[in-house]
Amino acid sequence: MKWRAAILAAGVCGWLVSAAGQQPQQNFDNVKIQVTPVQKNIYMLFGAGGNVTVQVGKDGVLLIDTEFEPLVPKLMAEIKKLSDGPIQYIINTHVHGDHVGGNDAFYKLIPKNPQLPLNIIAHANVLNRLTAPGPNGAPGTSTAEHPGFPEDEYDTPYKDFYYNGEPIFIYHEPNAHTDGDSVILFRGSDVVTTGDIFTPDSYPFIDIARGGSVKGEIDALDHILELTVPADHQEGGTYVIPGHGRVCDEADVVEFRDMVVIVKDRVQDLIKKGKTLDQVKASKPTEDYDTEYGANGADRFVEAVYKSLSGK
Amino acid sequence: MKKTAPLLLLIAVMGVPAFAQMDFTGEWAPLYHEDNPERIPGPELGDYMGIPINNAARLRGDAYDADRISVVSEYQCRPHGGDYSMRGLANMRVTEEYGPDDHLLAIHTRMNFQEQARTIWMDARPHPSELAPHTFQGFSTGTWEDNMLAVFTTHEKESYLRRNGLPRSDKATFVEHWVRHGNLLTIVTAITDPVFLTETFVRSQTWQLDPGQRMGRDICEYVPEIAKPVGTVPAHLPGTNPFLHEVADWYGLPFEATRGGSATLYPEYKDKAPKPDKVPAMCDRYCACGQNGRGCNLH
Repeated sequence: MKWRAAILAAGVCGWLVSAAGQQPQQNFDNVKIQVTPVQKNIYMLFGAGGNVTVQVGKDGVLLIDTEFEPLVPKLMAEIKKLSDGPIQYIINTHVHGDHVGGNDAFYKLIPKNPQLPLNIIAHANVLNRLTAPGPNGAPGTSTAEHPGFPEDEYDTPYKDFYYNGEPIFIYHEPNAHTDGDSVILFRGSDVVTTGDIFTPDSYPFIDIARGGSVKGEIDALDHILELTVPADHQEGGTYVIPGHGRVCDEADVVEFRDMVVIVKDRVQDLIKKGKTLDQVKASKPTEDYDTEYGANGADRFVEAVYKSLSGK
Repeated sequence: MKKTAPLLLLIAVMGVPAFAQMDFTGEWAPLYHEDNPERIPGPELGDYMGIPINNAARLRGDAYDADRISVVSEYQCRPHGGDYSMRGLANMRVTEEYGPDDHLLAIHTRMNFQEQARTIWMDARPHPSELAPHTFQGFSTGTWEDNMLAVFTTHEKESYLRRNGLPRSDKATFVEHWVRHGNLLTIVTAITDPVFLTETFVRSQTWQLDPGQRMGRDICEYVPEIAKPVGTVPAHLPGTNPFLHEVADWYGLPFEATRGGSATLYPEYKDKAPKPDKVPAMCDRYCACGQNGRGCNLH
């Protein structure tokens, strides 16, 4: 219940309900966790909400994102099948509830070992938003109440460390999907986890209220393309775990990046012609992409692009 | 003993389907008499005739700017998708792979253009989960329908239905039927795409056995061919593509017909179609494509 209050304080409940396509009182009883081997040390787990990245090796287990609290026991059961080592790291790609919702539950389930403490990492803006005062002067949520908050925050362009035999880079992608997005590169396994900057089956949710922008979104996608190298004739090589959807590679990110740029260029052109937001929406600048990325999210995407570019 | 003989015969007959009913192995050269202008010089911009596309696909084709391949260098070394590769420009080698029990495990194809390599699994293995990575050639499984090989393919990456910007999504699947008559191989491809097609799209292509064929390697290195700022993606803004009427004007076709869609797929459309806007006095474009070995002249 306290965790729900924290999510509410961070203002992400609306996202949790609408963007993830979940009902507020969703029953997770019948959700099964699918485990997809990605490459070398890396697996992708999916039940409901965002994808979970799992890195296993001689040192232990590292997780990226935690889905929803009720799913944590099921996620733990699948992780134990991959490794009986200790979970030492959780990284949150951003603040939304379908990616951080299981943090507290993981913290509680993971045995405490002073020699091998659990580190929960995210960009500082994630922690700032989770602990920010609520509307109408409501006090912020304290980290004492929520041991699963990412208190190992970073506030630099990137953070790196070595774990399970490979370097791990956590890059801050400023003002992209939100203002606290991280993209994680596993340099030995050659896998990149993107969070919701990249969602191959749906338009990006550019969360303007939480610092997102279309320029930052495109810059972040271009950075992901810099990090990925195809093995041969534009496929394979570096694999990409998106915030939602199947395992991808560079070629899939290119399709998505191009769509975002093309829609941005169309909206920019309409703004130059003096069109209002309603007129821009009425012109259907995403019509040729709606059957691919979902017409339901089109208006929200166009509105975010318009507001990003016009400042209105 | 009398009961044993029919039983042995039955076992012998039932044993046959475990092996290839038809041998497709060898070096195959594509014949381009079918759809030659689309396959050899390449499709005209804005020509969507005969393809059951929806409006989203049509608008994607309208926005397509071929500069995208020069500017977005990640496109330069892409192979065709598995569905398109059978009609693209490439010779083909077909080999078989046998398992330890001498049952056919897989049929492999290799084409030299962009090193396209497909595996058609013949061991009844399941297709991967929806969350597994996709590839340009997709994941294929095959079964025998008498002497015909039926192939079902999923898990393709997004690619094109036609090389003028008409898209084919990564949700598409396709069924092929391989038929051999002597030294000729005909492959019929039926594509289903819930994202960009309103009904199944069928096309065929034929190959000739060419035992003397030798295929080279196709090494590709991509480079930025036109210097542009990072993140530039060339595309025509809606309603601004100046090339869309060319195909209708050059060939004396109704513009409406060039816009494609299910109706243009069927012969009766010819009787319903509006009159062309203008008809050239004589053929002056690709008039001799594929005829008697002649090339595709522009004039």
